[in-house]
Amino acid sequence: MDKILVGLKRVVDYNVRVRVKSDGSGVDIEGAKMSINPFDEIALEEALRIKERGEASEVIVVSIGPSEAQQQLRTGLAMGADRAILIETGETIDALTGAKILLEVVKKESPDLVIVGKQAIDNDNNQTAQMLAALWDRPQATFASKVEFSDGVAKVTREVDVGLETIEIDLPAVISADLRLNEPRYVKLPDIMKAKKKPLEQIPVADLGIEIGEQIKEVKFEAPAQRQKGIVVQDVAGLVAALKDKGLL
Amino acid sequence: MSKILIIADHDGSNLNAATAKCVACANQIAGAEIHVAIFAEDGSAVAAQASALDAVSKVLKVDNPANKSPLAAVIAPQVTAIAAGYTHVFGASTTFGKDLMPRVAALLGVNQISDLMEVVDAHTFKRPIYAGNAIVTVESPADQITVATVRTASFTASGQGGSATIEFAAVTAAIPTHTRYIELKAGKSDRPDLQTASTVVSGGRALGSAEKFQLIYDLADALGAGVGASRAAVDAGYVPNELQVGQTGKIIAPELYIAIGISGAIQHITGIKDAGTIVAINKDEDAPIFEIADIGLVGDLFSVVPELQAALK
Repeated sequence: MDKILVGLKRVVDYNVRVRVKSDGSGVDIEGAKMSINPFDEIALEEALRIKERGEASEVIVVSIGPSEAQQQLRTGLAMGADRAILIETGETIDALTGAKILLEVVKKESPDLVIVGKQAIDNDNNQTAQMLAALWDRPQATFASKVEFSDGVAKVTREVDVGLETIEIDLPAVISADLRLNEPRYVKLPDIMKAKKKPLEQIPVADLGIEIGEQIKEVKFEAPAQRQKGIVVQDVAGLVAALKDKGLL
Repeated sequence: MSKILIIADHDGSNLNAATAKCVACANQIAGAEIHVAIFAEDGSAVAAQASALDAVSKVLKVDNPANKSPLAAVIAPQVTAIAAGYTHVFGASTTFGKDLMPRVAALLGVNQISDLMEVVDAHTFKRPIYAGNAIVTVESPADQITVATVRTASFTASGQGGSATIEFAAVTAAIPTHTRYIELKAGKSDRPDLQTASTVVSGGRALGSAEKFQLIYDLADALGAGVGASRAAVDAGYVPNELQVGQTGKIIAPELYIAIGISGAIQHITGIKDAGTIVAINKDEDAPIFEIADIGLVGDLFSVVPELQAALK
């Protein structure tokens, strides 16, 4: 195949413990370390491996977000992507609008495959791949743990609740990466230097002419109910007694 | 008034318990009229089970050979075709629902509320973000159809005293052939299902090997429990992926959860915080799991677990 398009979202790093602001107006992420969404990193790794096997000729990374998202795209380029596109916006983009934006990029680039992470670890929506596939009227293979290609068809193994499901999809198509699809590579210093010279195109979101529909409003944020620390028992006899006390044995 | 369509999750013969929880969620919307749609090759058996759920007034059977397998690309246009006239379309946050519902939402031209965990009113709901570190209250536009997946661990299954009418639904929709089902490799087990078991025993990396994980299976069998595992245990190859409990695995709410050799990373806690009672057995007294455990026992699992199993006899 020719091109693979990979979505990279800029999110708060997974090691940062996010807290709700005391006035309930949002989450406090001011100054927090930002990274590529870990599932998107897996998506990119898969695209790079497909290219390295000689099954694709170009890997393009795309992000939707503020100017700072160039950092994550540069990281993607350092991992091995050929070029990058940033659809620039200072606004929070909902999932449907995000899918519409990606569809515009898809129309422009005509990729044979789009790979994104199964969910972003900020809003945990798990929607982008499915929505893009719907709007594009193409197949989707979500929660992928293994992908193989032959003659314009992808055979994808998916992690489902009861085990592993395998489906076959005609290309072009959208795949969402699950945790065990691969283990992303580490970026080496020379690659970071090389990535600075790779093309990164910035397109203001307004240039795409996308109509933003009515949004789901986020009206209040709160901390989750905390479980209280319970009792500590000294031995198995104590544990059995405590469970009997609660009527669980 | 709210008219809610719930897309049943099933395997062709049995209705998934997640659907009954989805119905319970819908029933928290005051005055809701609740219908359940079954997309199957022959949905008769599943329809009979759905019709017995309390609060369901109608079951719609959409029988089609193309619906033999749960393919989102095939089912989504059919859902869209019957969604007209409904105020809400809900599916469970199972892998089936998570695959299907966003495709339905996009075809309907609306956003989706993922992992709905609490109903405030017909258009106001709560859902977790940042791996459950924050809960956000969201409002869906009242003039649009509301599409959501329901976080089933947050709801108690609807009872089974109902007798809804069952109807065939004729659906006109272009069904794509670009997506084809090949096979399902399911872990065969006589143990209770991890997602619906009232007791679950989970093991972590401290087990050390697939062979030693047998301790967890043995204890589970002594308790009639389902078996789960931490991400670390799955990554280490001790057990298959589908046993993973946590943010990226299964979110469960058993009455009793026993975590053995699991340190309690936030991603794991997210998957169990609705459990009734949490028991933690770990040799590290500083393990974060003890901060949320109702009953903690500091000790070496290799001596504690066999001792506990003997005590249960």
